[in-house]
Amino acid sequence: MVSAAPVTEAEIWQWLEEVPDPEVPVLSVVDLGIVREVSWQGGEAVVTVTPTYSGCPATAVIARDIEGALRAHGIAARTEMRLAPPWTTDWMSAKGKEALRQFGIAPPGASNAPPGAQAGGLVQIALPAACPHCGASETECVSAYGSTPCKALYRCLACREPFDFFKPH
Amino acid sequence: MNPEALFAFSLRMGDNALVLSQRLGEWCGHGPALEEDLALANTALDLLGHARMWLSLAGEAEGRGRDEDQLAFLRDAGEFRNLLLVEQANGDYACTMARQYYFDAWHHPLLERLAQAREPRVAAIAAKAAKEAAYHLHRSREWVVRLGDGTGESHRRMQAAAEELWPYTGEMFAADDADRAFVDPAELQPGWRAEVEATFARATLTLPGGGWMQQGGKRGVHTEKLGHLLAEMQFLQRAYPGAKW
Repeated sequence: MVSAAPVTEAEIWQWLEEVPDPEVPVLSVVDLGIVREVSWQGGEAVVTVTPTYSGCPATAVIARDIEGALRAHGIAARTEMRLAPPWTTDWMSAKGKEALRQFGIAPPGASNAPPGAQAGGLVQIALPAACPHCGASETECVSAYGSTPCKALYRCLACREPFDFFKPH
Repeated sequence: MNPEALFAFSLRMGDNALVLSQRLGEWCGHGPALEEDLALANTALDLLGHARMWLSLAGEAEGRGRDEDQLAFLRDAGEFRNLLLVEQANGDYACTMARQYYFDAWHHPLLERLAQAREPRVAAIAAKAAKEAAYHLHRSREWVVRLGDGTGESHRRMQAAAEELWPYTGEMFAADDADRAFVDPAELQPGWRAEVEATFARATLTLPGGGWMQQGGKRGVHTEKLGHLLAEMQFLQRAYPGAKW
């Protein structure tokens, strides 16, 4: 049953906290920083979402999951995509970063710079702060891309365990 | 903004991304190592995302009701506006990386310039794509150095690839009015050359000399390789028009 009973935007944000990212389910879509705005338009909740990577296949799944979750709470909802400003890992919540670390994925540090600031300069990829398993700071990059576009594959030089690094973006 | 220039320009950007994405996708399952397979597929995926955004914008600007899928799957080679560079065959790993590096070293600064464009849709797509292209450039640059400054055999192959693809680099900087409505690509040439020279020096490679530059992609005059690529990419929609799953 879909009703138009008034629900506050704060409640919707809370419900969205329970919608996991399909690729990294320890993160909610809110933790990931992709929900930009929630509003009511003509009896319908409109959730504005920004894509993480432009080719990420999870984007369509996320939109469907958000609409489904809100419908399950009894409200009509749709998602809208917003490209600008582009998503950055700086929008990821502190809670989300800690959840990543506990899951064995090194969380991103601060992203390099806004687009434009590095024109002509060398592009350097930041290193993970520490191995998510043992906390050692000496790590090496195995591959700049991992199981998803947002992650790189690293290896800890202390405990020798491989781990994923959520790249600053 | 003149819609014809916007259509022409976004079509070029979209076709570059689409054709290069398709080429990189050919490596899927054939990469020299699992990590490389993943990296190539991820780069292809980023570019496919760019292609979707640019081609959707092209369809909007054209105003004839064509969407991203119709533009991607229902045009013939003569209607594609990509650079000749991106349609060149994968060859060996040195060829794939030389093609990627020449392109990335142009693509990334171009996107950063376009992120400041007055047309807001162009600026939004470019700002998004630039962040991904930064990773592409970092990776392809390091491969050029690793292969160039590697073994005798890898050096020989990297040098040969750099020379083989060199004649396709001039087209990136040859401008017409559709380009100049956004960025004059000729302005990117000094920065591109400085980037390539610095990398080739690290890679112990010799910069190929000037010589004849191939052109035509932006006008729809392509090498024979594009037709073969499209035959594979478009087969399903040609054989089963409108098929969805």
